[in-house]
Amino acid sequence: MNAANRLTPYLFMAPAVVIMAMALIYPLGYMMYGSFLDWNPSQTIGEAEFVGTKNYVTLWNDPNFHESLWVTLKFAFFCVSIEMVLGVGLALMLDRNVRGMTFLRTMFILPMMIAPVVVGLMWRYMYHPTVGTFNRTLDGLGLPKIDWLGHHALTSVIIADIWQWTPFIFILALAALQSLPRSAIEAAKIDGATAWQQIWHIKLPLMMPVLIVTGLLRLIDAFKVLEVILVLTEGGPGLSTEILALRISRTATEFRELGVAAAMSNYLLMLLLLLTVAMFAFTRWQEARANRLRAAVEEDT
Amino acid sequence: MPTIHLDKLVKRYDAVKVLHGIELEMAEHEFTVLVGPSGCGKSTTLRMIAGLESVSDGEIYFDGKPVSHLEPKDRELAMVFQDYALYPHMNVARNMSFALRLQKRPRAEIDKKVKEVAATLGLSEYLHRKPAELSGGQRQRVAMGRALTRDAGTFLFDEPLSNLDAKLRGQMRAELALMSQRVQKNMIYVTHDQIEAMTLADRIVVMHSGVIQQQGRPEELFKKPVNKFVAGFLGTPPMNFLDATLEARGDEVFAVAEGFALRLEGEKTALSNSASNRGVTLGVRPSDIEYAPAAPADRALQLNVLVSEYVGAQSVLLCQSGSNKVTVEVKSETPLALGQTLTFAVDPNRIHLFDRKSEAAL
Ligand SMILES: Nc1ncnc2c1ncn2[C@@H]1O[C@H](COP(=O)(O)OP(=O)(O)OP(=O)(O)O)[C@@H](O)[C@H]1O
Ligand SMILES: [Mg+2]
Repeated sequence: MNAANRLTPYLFMAPAVVIMAMALIYPLGYMMYGSFLDWNPSQTIGEAEFVGTKNYVTLWNDPNFHESLWVTLKFAFFCVSIEMVLGVGLALMLDRNVRGMTFLRTMFILPMMIAPVVVGLMWRYMYHPTVGTFNRTLDGLGLPKIDWLGHHALTSVIIADIWQWTPFIFILALAALQSLPRSAIEAAKIDGATAWQQIWHIKLPLMMPVLIVTGLLRLIDAFKVLEVILVLTEGGPGLSTEILALRISRTATEFRELGVAAAMSNYLLMLLLLLTVAMFAFTRWQEARANRLRAAVEEDT
Repeated sequence: MPTIHLDKLVKRYDAVKVLHGIELEMAEHEFTVLVGPSGCGKSTTLRMIAGLESVSDGEIYFDGKPVSHLEPKDRELAMVFQDYALYPHMNVARNMSFALRLQKRPRAEIDKKVKEVAATLGLSEYLHRKPAELSGGQRQRVAMGRALTRDAGTFLFDEPLSNLDAKLRGQMRAELALMSQRVQKNMIYVTHDQIEAMTLADRIVVMHSGVIQQQGRPEELFKKPVNKFVAGFLGTPPMNFLDATLEARGDEVFAVAEGFALRLEGEKTALSNSASNRGVTLGVRPSDIEYAPAAPADRALQLNVLVSEYVGAQSVLLCQSGSNKVTVEVKSETPLALGQTLTFAVDPNRIHLFDRKSEAAL
């Protein structure tokens, strides 16, 4: 009876676990195994030769991989930090009940709804050195043209990503903002807080849990961006915009090295895992520290 | 510490009007208590004074200067919210010191002030807890503490003691009374508790459906309510209301119904000219009726005692007189038998008469 009781929850969880295993663990395991093979797309996985950690070692010493990793890190860092600042800033500005605000908010999230390939094409046209919107405008103003997708390729790619994904942070931040306890903000007003102080001392700290998750989601996404960059620059010029996802795709299709591509994916996965775990560990550590401090003080009094 | 004047204050939420021209003048250092049934607009009034709700019509003056366009922070007030409104991410000490920290006061001064206030509120042990880790009553005390650490000119309290147990509430009430004498601030206080209202107030304001019914000193409202609502609202157990008819007999006026014919005295005899055979509502407080078997007929009330509720030194009797229910407060040692019709006496000077239709006092 007792044992049965204890097992019941697992019984209920079983279907979910099975689905998880099939949908997540199997492909992951497949990729893991593949990363230890010298594997050509024309071979089945059974025919590929097992080479141990060779793929990992090769990548570890490959300067092109390093370059690609570095580009990815730069891209993700700038995209996510600028998007967070803009998205949260916009949310703070538009969190009021003025007529027409609903319409404005809807307008703001339009970019997110456009297919990435279309976004890439759009921006590629706007960045065009001679007939693109930007350079024509600059020209019209008598300013020198900018070599958007050449010299400043990474910046241009980052701008396009910011344009597309700031709305994501905007709507999540806005939702967080609107679910804050109104009364705490009112209390802050009474306590003499200016608009800035309300944001800094009340709103942002209370939004923080949502913002952390949002940032994390964006970060994971930014590490995997593919289409926009593929359409805009194809990773060029040189390796200047070849982020890891692009390199993985090219390794698999152009260089026909599935094993190396899988190994690269695993490196990316480990990086993301590390970031996520570090983030959660950090918040845990902060909580634990606050608790310890409090316990110590309460024991004194 | 300004004088506060509310001039024909109106609050509308879209089409719904919840305050109908509140007219109120509060002197410097005055302790004003707003009372009234739930939903009558007490919190709304308070929040408009604080600047948290916009003014639909009328104006609020502090020291003669209109303030309804000012932000809450420019009105120099502290407030205890009905729902506490604590900062969930700050511990008790930081909640209480938030305003002082914004003002960039020296650390030592802030610490001292917080410790002091926490001690009077019995919160010293909890200074490092977050609001989520406190009981309802503790949170309410933190809300109180947050207001008391400020040295604002005006304090607004929205039912600040509603969630405390009786003993703690008594203590806090005494603390507040002491403080209001000591610090000389304007206090505007909303409560449902009669004892709080009566003991703390310099001025009581009774509201009903967004309209002020009466305002004045507690005794004034208790002894001379201007209408049936105020009479019934103040005092526990509440005043008895009986339907009666006025009858002139010679030079004298009687209030007559089944079970009594009470002779009116003093200024109420003036009613004789206007009001022969006029239907009125007679009001008499339970404490103004006493058991008196030998009462003269013109003061006597025949009551059938149904239930006796023992509440310590006093007992509350629930009685029947004709079709009316009447409550009577008597000393517990009074020898009474249930189920019998007995004679009680009414002090003729303590009788209230109200017009049946308008419910205004006569
Ligand atoms: N935002 C709002 N929109 C519409 N009506 C409102 C709003 N806020 C309050 N009211 C109405 O205004 C009236 C007064 O509300 P208020 O909160 O001032 O009552 P109160 O006297 O404080 O009651 P309580 O003793 O229950 O706290 C109520 O009838 C309420 O329904
Ligand atoms: Mg209220």
